[in-house]
Amino acid sequence: MKANRSFRRVCSLVLLQVLFASVCAAAQNSALSPTNIFAPASTPARSVFRISSFVLEITGAIFVVVFSLLAYAVIRFRERKGDDEFEPPQVYGSNQMEVAWTILPVLIVIVLFLSTAQVIHRVQDAPPPPDAIHVTVVGHQFWWEYRYVQYGFVTANELHVPVSDPRRPTPTYLALLSDDVDHSFWVPRLAGKTDLIPNHPNSMWIDPYETGVYLGQCAQFCGEQHAKMLIRVYVQTRADFDRWVKEQQQPAASDPSAAAGSALFVTKTCFACHTIRGTAAMGTIGPDLTHLMSRDTIASGTLANTPQNLRAWIRNPDAFKPGSKMPVIDMTDDEASQLTAYLTTLR
Amino acid sequence: MSAIPMELPEKRSDAAPLSRGRVGMWCLIVAESAIFTIFVAAYIFYIGKSLEGPTPDQILTVPVITTICLLSSSLTMHWATAALRKGNLIMFNLSWITTFVLGAIFLGGTAREWHHLIFQEGFTVNTNLFGTTFYALVGLHASHVAVGLIALGTVAILSLLGKVKAEHAERCEVLALYWHFVDAVWVVVFTVVYGLGR
Amino acid sequence: MATDSISLPLPEASSRPAIVDWLCTVDHKKIGIMYIVYALLFLVIMGIEATLMRIQLSRPNNTFLSAETFNRLFTMHGTTGIFFVAMPILFGFGNYLVPLMIGARDMAFPRLNAFSFWMTAFGGFLLYASFFAGGPLSQAGSAPDVGWFAYAPLTSPVFSPGHSTDYWTLALLVAGIGSIGGAINFVATILCLRCPGMTLNRMPLLAWMNLVMGGLVLVTISPLTAAQIMLMIDRYMSGHFFDTAAGGSVVMWMHFFWIFGHPEVYVLIIPSFAFISEIIPVFSRKAIFGYPAMVAATTGIGFVSLGVWAHHMFTVGMPSYGNAFFVFTTMLVAVPTGIKIFNWLATMWGGKIRFATPMMFCIGFLFQFLIAGLSGIMLADAPFDWQLSNSYFVVAHFHYVIVGGILFAIFAAFYYWYPKMTGRMLSEKLGRWHFWIFLIGFHLTFDFMHVPGLLGMPRRIYTYEPGRGWEVWNMISSIGVIFQAAGILIFVYNMVHSYFKGAVAGNDPWDAWTLEWATTSPPPSYNFAVVPEVRSRRPLWDIKHPQDPDWKYE
Repeated sequence: MKANRSFRRVCSLVLLQVLFASVCAAAQNSALSPTNIFAPASTPARSVFRISSFVLEITGAIFVVVFSLLAYAVIRFRERKGDDEFEPPQVYGSNQMEVAWTILPVLIVIVLFLSTAQVIHRVQDAPPPPDAIHVTVVGHQFWWEYRYVQYGFVTANELHVPVSDPRRPTPTYLALLSDDVDHSFWVPRLAGKTDLIPNHPNSMWIDPYETGVYLGQCAQFCGEQHAKMLIRVYVQTRADFDRWVKEQQQPAASDPSAAAGSALFVTKTCFACHTIRGTAAMGTIGPDLTHLMSRDTIASGTLANTPQNLRAWIRNPDAFKPGSKMPVIDMTDDEASQLTAYLTTLR
Repeated sequence: MSAIPMELPEKRSDAAPLSRGRVGMWCLIVAESAIFTIFVAAYIFYIGKSLEGPTPDQILTVPVITTICLLSSSLTMHWATAALRKGNLIMFNLSWITTFVLGAIFLGGTAREWHHLIFQEGFTVNTNLFGTTFYALVGLHASHVAVGLIALGTVAILSLLGKVKAEHAERCEVLALYWHFVDAVWVVVFTVVYGLGR
Repeated sequence: MATDSISLPLPEASSRPAIVDWLCTVDHKKIGIMYIVYALLFLVIMGIEATLMRIQLSRPNNTFLSAETFNRLFTMHGTTGIFFVAMPILFGFGNYLVPLMIGARDMAFPRLNAFSFWMTAFGGFLLYASFFAGGPLSQAGSAPDVGWFAYAPLTSPVFSPGHSTDYWTLALLVAGIGSIGGAINFVATILCLRCPGMTLNRMPLLAWMNLVMGGLVLVTISPLTAAQIMLMIDRYMSGHFFDTAAGGSVVMWMHFFWIFGHPEVYVLIIPSFAFISEIIPVFSRKAIFGYPAMVAATTGIGFVSLGVWAHHMFTVGMPSYGNAFFVFTTMLVAVPTGIKIFNWLATMWGGKIRFATPMMFCIGFLFQFLIAGLSGIMLADAPFDWQLSNSYFVVAHFHYVIVGGILFAIFAAFYYWYPKMTGRMLSEKLGRWHFWIFLIGFHLTFDFMHVPGLLGMPRRIYTYEPGRGWEVWNMISSIGVIFQAAGILIFVYNMVHSYFKGAVAGNDPWDAWTLEWATTSPPPSYNFAVVPEVRSRRPLWDIKHPQDPDWKYE
């Protein structure tokens, strides 16, 4: 009888463990979501994941214990029929219990704090190695500017970084600035978020282990189109990254067939906000368009970068992103086509 | 119905040693101290951070006379309430009105200082960080002095009309508490603005 | 001490019309009811705001609401919830109950009390006037759209032209004055007006907790007032407090706001703890376990809560030792909070639990507050927070506290004290329907809301991309709204119906032990015909159990 009961108890415990383990495994599946915080692909995200798992284990244990006690109390001490008359024994307190359930939580807090403090220091205070890539990220309403200062070019909305071999890491350090209001750079699989605050430079780092595209978005409310300030991080092999850098360093391609569009770029005042290196367009209010066609998306990830979308966007940004800072410029259908034709030459 | 006035015995069997007026005023003082603390914190944080424009040592002169006036007004206020407790109405009136006058001199002096800064030096709340934090902090204090003067003035008028007696000593002491608080804040503001900042 | 109240031969109270009576009253009971009714009105309004937002978020790239309208709605929803629902309703219950429970005639400053209520009320009206200003109502007018914490420099004249931010600033400034006035009243009343024999050590826990709350409000609301004055100087007088172009710091706004913002949530939870601490003992038929520990824990929470604010700022780039400090203090505040949960549990242990509706809501509170506290520990862990901050995990966490915790405690308080306030019992049957339907809705919406946060969904976005794995969870959260709305409707109906048709309550329908049950339901305007005198923490227990009074054991 007794053996039977303990066998059943062991079985239920094993079952619970299996259930718990499968939930954990499922949670870490990056197919669940491309922005799953439990599918780290870079050291900062992994450090966060490890301490988070530890915290989850402890809070999970506390939950099971207290929940069971509460459930037990509610069931065991409920009023039964027929015992209306008496009041239960009045217990006013117990100093020993108070001490016990003060000291135990304090110990848990100390353990959690010490393990956390280590992680904070390791992630925040990590010094950049000499061969780290440095990119300055400038937050704008509602797009991302990426300045590759050491390579001498500026791009927008799609960040390219080299993959990092854990045995010989080549991290990318991001200096975070803001041109206007508060923003926050959040690509969950690569790192926790860090804010971009005007007059308050911040920095963070990532060292992704695998090539691929990692998604994220602005995580600090920054105005009307905060929701459409999306992030795409392209992690490439070293060779691919170097090739991309070389391409970005070139001035804009000059295609004589698009001369009409390039003239319109000036007369329609696009040049006042945008830069196209190698031309007279040197505006810095909007994204750099020198190699616009090397990007998969436009409007900070809002639209796929196709000629149709480009044309629709320059015709009327408000149709896709009302509140974006790009004004609606008056132009005829022909002018729109010519401008689009010009923009599609900017590879 | 609460239209029936409530006669609370001021002393009860295990009564609180403090009257509710006193407790209420202390609560107000705690809340106001928190407000002033934030303004002082902002002032201190921004010391030396203005990008341009005049600095404190360039344009501020230490307001010695007005400070002496305000701080001595605490003394005269104390005399006034002590006199009222004893029932010495003449001494009370004299000291109370002196307090008012000293406070008014302080406020007038601040007004003169500001007039000079704004119209002669061209230094305003939007000149630089120093301007913003200076006028905000000193102005917040000055507004509290002004409110205090209104209260003091009201009591002075009532007293001259013969309506203030010894049994009102507790209430006057509660008001005196506010006045002392305003003086204490000035000690802090003075130290931070004319001492620390310069 | 008499448990029946003696009618005094008083002059006929008032021949003025009821509306004038209510508008001009300084009676704490009427003011309390006005606070509560005012808050309930805004509860319904903020529920509508939430419903609209949840409809928009039920599908990716939805076009039910425009971006600007959505942004205005979440700003108004949050601002309303904190300042015009939670604070007034808790001030209302406190106002009604504190004088009764300490055997007093009214609050210390009845006119200040009325003034405070009306200031709060006007603040709410001013905030909602913004909907009818500026643009059309369908676009939410000129309602503030900067988020309830109104971070600089989004609130600067450059990035918030027009007056929407000004509505936010001024409405809260006015309401804040009301809150400080209310707090002054609570502290002075509890310290000075307790009846003979009621030492601080013998007053009900509700009185203790309102005392701590009052003290906390004094040092909590004032930093917000200060920051808002600074913001007005920036906006109206071209000041530079938060002007980065002039060298100003926007992080300073964050510090000042959260120095208010964090203790503020303790201002909300502590009176909720008070309800739980009064109701659980009565329905477990046992005295509260560990009264001194409960007092110490509450006071401890009050103090420690003043030192945790920057856990809202773990991502702004504070140095590592700064982050670590706030991790420590934030986790520390969980200790006294846990102590309270254990004491409530110990109160129920060995008791005789009666599952009347107030107790059901208390039990719901206990389970949900436990979960909310644990998700709070997760957020207190700065590295974990670097992922979770500003995501739907945080939104789920604080709604778990505010709805699963505070609102459940408030529902418990309603079912428990409605008989005292109106003389009628609320329907138990409708109460159970309310409880279960609302419980289902709450869990549907907020349990599953944690998941999108863990999968990378930020907050304050009017829409989201498909393919991020967020769709199904958002849909489930939105469905939960239907049940919550149904629960609230049942609740409102219960209150209205029972006012006219409910069973007569009598003085003491729950067989409880504190002074408010010693007078009629509703109490006469003077509360007690004879000033009560007490010898223990449970004066009515002493009367009902003369052979075994509490004062023998305390």
